[in-house]
Amino acid sequence: MAKAKIDLNRVAMPKQEAGARRQNFSEVATGYTAEDAKREASRCIECKARNCVAGCPVAIDIPEFISAVKTGDFTAADEIIKRTNALPGICGRVCPQESQCEAVCTLAKKKAPVAIGRLERFVADWEPGYRLKGSTGAKAPKSCKKVAVIGSGPSGLTCAAELARLGHSVTIFESLHVAGGVLMYGIPEFRLPKTIVQTEINFVRSLGVEIVLNAVAGKTFTIDELFKDGFQAVFLGTGAGLPLFLNIENENAPGVYSANEFLSRVNLMKAYHFPEFDTPLKVGKEVAVVGGGNVAMDAARSAVRLGARVTVVYRRGREEMPARLEEVENAEEEGINFLFLTNPISFQVNDQKWVSGMTCQKMSLGDPDASGRRRPVPVGGSEFTLPCDMAIVALGTRPNPLIARSAPGLAFASAGTVIADESTGLTRKAGVWAGGDIVTGSATVISAMGAGKAAARDIDRYLASL
Amino acid sequence: MYSIISTEELVPRVRVYRISAPRIAKKAAAGQFVILRVDDNGERIPLTIADWDVVEGSVSVVFMEVGTTTTKLSRLKAGDTISDIVGPLGNATEIDNFGTVCLMAGGFATATIMPIARAMKAAGNRVITIVGARNKDLLFWRERLSAVSDELIITTDDGSAGRKGVVTEPIKEMLERGERIDRVIAIGPSIMMKFSALTTKPFGIKTIVSMNPIMIDGTGMCGCCRVSVAGQTRFACVDGPEFDAHAIDWDNFMARQRSYIEEEKRSLEICRCPSG
Ligand SMILES: Cc1cc2nc3c(=O)[nH]c(=O)nc-3n(C[C@H](O)[C@H](O)[C@H](O)COP(=O)(O)OP(=O)(O)OC[C@H]3O[C@@H](n4cnc5c(N)ncnc54)[C@H](O)[C@@H]3O)c2cc1C
Ligand SMILES: Cc1cc2nc3c(=O)[nH]c(=O)nc-3n(C[C@H](O)[C@H](O)[C@H](O)COP(=O)(O)OP(=O)(O)OC[C@H]3O[C@@H](n4cnc5c(N)ncnc54)[C@H](O)[C@@H]3O)c2cc1C
Ligand code: SF4
Ligand code: FES
Repeated sequence: MAKAKIDLNRVAMPKQEAGARRQNFSEVATGYTAEDAKREASRCIECKARNCVAGCPVAIDIPEFISAVKTGDFTAADEIIKRTNALPGICGRVCPQESQCEAVCTLAKKKAPVAIGRLERFVADWEPGYRLKGSTGAKAPKSCKKVAVIGSGPSGLTCAAELARLGHSVTIFESLHVAGGVLMYGIPEFRLPKTIVQTEINFVRSLGVEIVLNAVAGKTFTIDELFKDGFQAVFLGTGAGLPLFLNIENENAPGVYSANEFLSRVNLMKAYHFPEFDTPLKVGKEVAVVGGGNVAMDAARSAVRLGARVTVVYRRGREEMPARLEEVENAEEEGINFLFLTNPISFQVNDQKWVSGMTCQKMSLGDPDASGRRRPVPVGGSEFTLPCDMAIVALGTRPNPLIARSAPGLAFASAGTVIADESTGLTRKAGVWAGGDIVTGSATVISAMGAGKAAARDIDRYLASL
Repeated sequence: MYSIISTEELVPRVRVYRISAPRIAKKAAAGQFVILRVDDNGERIPLTIADWDVVEGSVSVVFMEVGTTTTKLSRLKAGDTISDIVGPLGNATEIDNFGTVCLMAGGFATATIMPIARAMKAAGNRVITIVGARNKDLLFWRERLSAVSDELIITTDDGSAGRKGVVTEPIKEMLERGERIDRVIAIGPSIMMKFSALTTKPFGIKTIVSMNPIMIDGTGMCGCCRVSVAGQTRFACVDGPEFDAHAIDWDNFMARQRSYIEEEKRSLEICRCPSG
């Protein structure tokens, strides 16, 4: 075969212009057209090594689906992806492809990896109506085995979809009034439209998965009761929702939000439509956001859209920020101000006791710590006060204590996470598997999905042995 | 969808609703609450479980019409449905044979103290219940409460029923004259709970209050319900709602409760407007 010249120019993602998108909650990246997708797909050299597949935590048949896109057979592409990933519209939007499939793509060496994520998103968005009626691959015969999945975030949904495809009857129990977990309450509409999430959840339902809302494990029912009710295995995918705080003076003053509260008001309860929607939200004129991860970026960018001037305060440097690079760049374009090497030490309040400022300290980077990142060290005498009428604390989360208090036999690590086998998700309690953020602490959508899938396979083996 | 089995107005603006929710009824215990959403645009609001019936599969809530959600709720009739109800949430009240237990309730909390009084009585306690209201027309469930109390004391602001004054006065007198009380549980408006705490503190009597911060999820996810207890941040939904009254930072709590006063007013005006 004659060697074709490789095109090193990735097809750009069309985006709303920064000035416009600051005014709305519509999606920032508007998505490839069919022509864009075919052009980008044609850059893939379909290499034998399939590095990209190895880089994908759920091992999507990447070259195969891209090849279908090349020929314009988007329906086939969708089926290929769906064999391994029930939530491609979500993954195509929020996965850190730059450090997974695209990082190891053969063309990455030439700094031009195929835009796998954008193609995945394009395929997922292709004719959404098709998805529900479309074939879902050969279904296994019914096994008459019952599995309970607790939590409807990406780990629970993936585990449920996989088990349903293997012929088991699966019920998801979710504590909130909608399914989706962080995809619904955390990640904002402008990055992940909620209709996309619900369409993909409906796909999971179409596989035969039942979803019971308003059901809290550890409160409405216990895990042992599920076994009594005839469930033969339980998968725990309840995530890590409990927000961490700085534990500094005046942190509980009104106006100081946890990122989860702020984002749930905005995303889950649609507070940006207040008063048409009943849940209110106070948005300051000067908002300080503490943290450097995806959650901090989402909070900061939501606040901008609600009319605030926003400063992100992060105790290390820009390079050390754990947020996806694309989202940091988007945030910068949207006019968010960053104060690096800065750490809050107290909040100030006004005479209504409402937050009025955040006193910070400058930091410098010392020797690397256990995480391998250089440790921030306070600079003496560098205190200053950042005036603000609202502050959002986005420091990370840990699992809530409900499961721990209600499931004797489970073992927990010191951070409150469930101890489970890394490759199978099996916990120390018989018949119970766990995966996603409840095991790892805050991580990623795709790692939660990978864990859900691995657990499903192990649960299937276990059910076969019964 | 969850259907409303019955509605009853107890006194003006205070209603008791029985709602079909079999899973919650099976698990409910004194001191716990539910979170409900009236309709698809609705806010999630917490309400204490005032009663439950496992056989019928229902839970009862007593609520005061104060803002948008409770106004919307009060317009519903038996047979209507609400979108969501989840629970039982929060920890159950610690029930034990303490000896003499004094239960104090203000306003709609007369209803929420009922299951606690019943359980305390069943556990062998001498139960003294003190109920306060602005006037006699706002009192309800007097017979029910006296059936589970060894002593029922009523106070009204204007003296139209029981003794004139506030709920903290009778207990103060009892304590001053050396009557033995082993535990106090106070439930009602924040200001009433704060003053109950101040009253019992000098006597060193363990006093429990049921905190009612603004909430969203009720499962420890949003951090909205946080309360400063003994200088530490606790989440009312998963660590409470009951806490040691003497350890609470009341000023901070009340400031947090007022967070949305202006928005609530605006929302209520729209809600009350007949065209809306
Ligand atoms: C704001 C934000 C932005 C993020 N951005 C990204 C991103 O861009 N890319 C990325 O890869 N990752 C991102 N993440 C991380 C990612 O969302 C999580 O790692 C992932 O959602 C974890 O999935 P999960 O299934 O473990 O749990 P979750 O998504 O947390 O879902 C858990 C579900 O369980 C339910 N639940 C909890 N307790 C109970 C109970 N007792 N009974 C019943 N149900 C219960 C919860 O209500 C929830 O629905 C972000 C996270 C946040 C908060
Ligand atoms: C654990 C818990 C149990 C509760 N149990 C009951 C109950 O059994 N019966 C009942 O009537 N109420 C109860 N509440 C309070 C109830 O949740 C609020 O009254 C309700 O949220 C008001 O909703 P709304 O939209 O009608 O009014 P909003 O528009 O939210 O508020 C209107 C007015 O009520 C005040 N208010 C709002 N929330 C609260 C609150 N949490 N506590 C006190 N005042 C508030 C506001 O300051 C405002 O002035 C409980 C709260 C908690 C946290
Ligand atoms: S590694 Fe890159 S070029 Fe190779 S098959 Fe995968 S996407 Fe195509
Ligand atoms: S209500 Fe959200 S953490 Fe308690």
